[in-house]
Amino acid sequence: MIGKDIILALSARSVRLHFLRSVLAALGIVIGVVAIASIGMMGANMTLSVTEELSDMANKLTVTPYTGGGGGMMAGPGGGGGGSDPDDDEDLITEDQFRDIERIVAKYGTAYTVRSESDVIEVGSETGRATIYGLDADIMREILTVEEGEYSKSTTSVVVGPTLAERLDLKIGSKIDIGDPDEGSTTTVRVVGILEERGMSMDLNTDMAIVGGDKLFTGIYGGEGEYDQVNVVMDDLNEIDTVKAAIEDELNRKEDEVTVQDSSRMTESITSTVSTMTTFVMAIAGISLLVAAVSIFNVMMMSVNERVREIGILRSIGTQRTEILRMFIYEAGILGLVGAAIGAVGSIVIGYIVVFGMVGTAEYFFTPGSIVYVPMAMAVGAAICIVTGVYPAWRASNLDPIEALRAE
Amino acid sequence: MSSPVIELDDVTKVYPLPAGDVVALNGISLIIDEGEFVAIMGPSGSGKSTLLNQIGCLDRPTSGNLFLDGKNIREMDDRELTDLRLSSIGYIFQKFNLIPLLSAYENVEYPYIMKHRKNDDTGRVRDLLALVGIDENLSTHKPNELSGGQQQRIAIARALVNDPAILLCDEPTGNLDSQTGAQIMEALSELHKKGRTIVMVTHESEIAAYAERTIVIRDGRVA
Repeated sequence: MIGKDIILALSARSVRLHFLRSVLAALGIVIGVVAIASIGMMGANMTLSVTEELSDMANKLTVTPYTGGGGGMMAGPGGGGGGSDPDDDEDLITEDQFRDIERIVAKYGTAYTVRSESDVIEVGSETGRATIYGLDADIMREILTVEEGEYSKSTTSVVVGPTLAERLDLKIGSKIDIGDPDEGSTTTVRVVGILEERGMSMDLNTDMAIVGGDKLFTGIYGGEGEYDQVNVVMDDLNEIDTVKAAIEDELNRKEDEVTVQDSSRMTESITSTVSTMTTFVMAIAGISLLVAAVSIFNVMMMSVNERVREIGILRSIGTQRTEILRMFIYEAGILGLVGAAIGAVGSIVIGYIVVFGMVGTAEYFFTPGSIVYVPMAMAVGAAICIVTGVYPAWRASNLDPIEALRAE
Repeated sequence: MSSPVIELDDVTKVYPLPAGDVVALNGISLIIDEGEFVAIMGPSGSGKSTLLNQIGCLDRPTSGNLFLDGKNIREMDDRELTDLRLSSIGYIFQKFNLIPLLSAYENVEYPYIMKHRKNDDTGRVRDLLALVGIDENLSTHKPNELSGGQQQRIAIARALVNDPAILLCDEPTGNLDSQTGAQIMEALSELHKKGRTIVMVTHESEIAAYAERTIVIRDGRVA
């Protein structure tokens, strides 16, 4: 017995009759679906894991002097680099402004000042550049973690970031000369602690930096009562917009004097970078679907051409054009659906491997934002198949029955 | 007593070709009544196949009127012509023309499903296959597993499944040996005796002898 939809049965039998050919055509779709879904999932997982990392600093605000250009995302201290001379008339946050910020923030969290400078350093015979931070001793204890050694207490002791320590082979007790000997005096400091790795961040980038007390910093660079940046650590995440607005209202009343940034901009920027890259790579993967479409098209044209006579018979015994059209669209649809279904299973397996390999963790793999790429790629694959089948099907349905019957 | 099933009134068919128009049918008028068994004869190129295509609703006349079961097919669009082929005409071809993907049973059932949008639950398909001498075992086979005579019997059963007004046969014995051909003609004669209208194109006079009336076509006209 044959089902009610004899047209669908005919399509399915045609696919089965040319099994190998059909499998090869569907394989193209499988590969295309797997490629698109895996890359899509990789991008989603990357974004999710970066966002998660960045949310660690979601409770932080940075206040930097207004520079006119609206400050890029890395406008933090030292980020500008370039060894600016301390005597430059660069914009700084004044003691008064800091007091204002402190007053505004008092209810919601803590504000602290950051001084920073990029300078030449010398360790033994090696010279290099590093950011030198000046922080209040209590604040240092609060926000930085020493992995080895202790926090700096005196004006000649410093802690260093792990990357810098590794690069210059710094140990507890190592001596660092800060300052360019050609331009004047240098200051020698002693390493008393090495910091834990902190990663890229908006408030402080200590991995490649030397961190000392306020007195050490002003001793070298001067600038009493002037700060490069004020950082705010919020107690409650939800108040972040209130505080941001309050600081801006208060300090920028007459003209723009400070820029207040939260981490959302940085998160946005990284997320959009990752998603741009993902889209680009997905477009390349999409080419494989295009190739698959060509092979489906080819198979469909072959199927139509070798069944011209059959089409003639079907038409002559009373099969409508639309039914012939349907028969071939179904055939392309079967190839597409089978290919997409196998591709979906394949992309879960291969996607998992790719995500684990490239992102390093698969903990976000089954979240909706990531797994949605499987049905998405499936839909695209199946749709491409059906669209590709339209022309061959249209040709088949428009054959003249008399001509078609004459075909051998 | 009998009414015309097929009526041609000055039917002309012209095929436009770059080298000049070819007139395949040149003003044919004829009437075939219900229950008649008519043979159409003529040399090749006489226009008999073109005539059959017009009667079979595969094509429309260039001018003149062709009434089939009282309906003028010159005014019909493709959809209506296809419906007419499904319901009112049963085709029997020289090359059997069964669908290779379907079994014998399914081949007979196909027009039934197309018309009624459901499987045959009346036993009609089985009865027709029995009528033409195809048993249940044979009916599960695909056409390429069957002999020419068996295939033509199945084609006859398929042509009858929607109880058409006309049975159109195009050289029904052309691909069969004379013994099998005679059996097929006997089967058609039986159908005629039961009141079926049959129009058959042939170029063999022994085959045409089975018919009651012979119409000879020459150069697109009734000779």
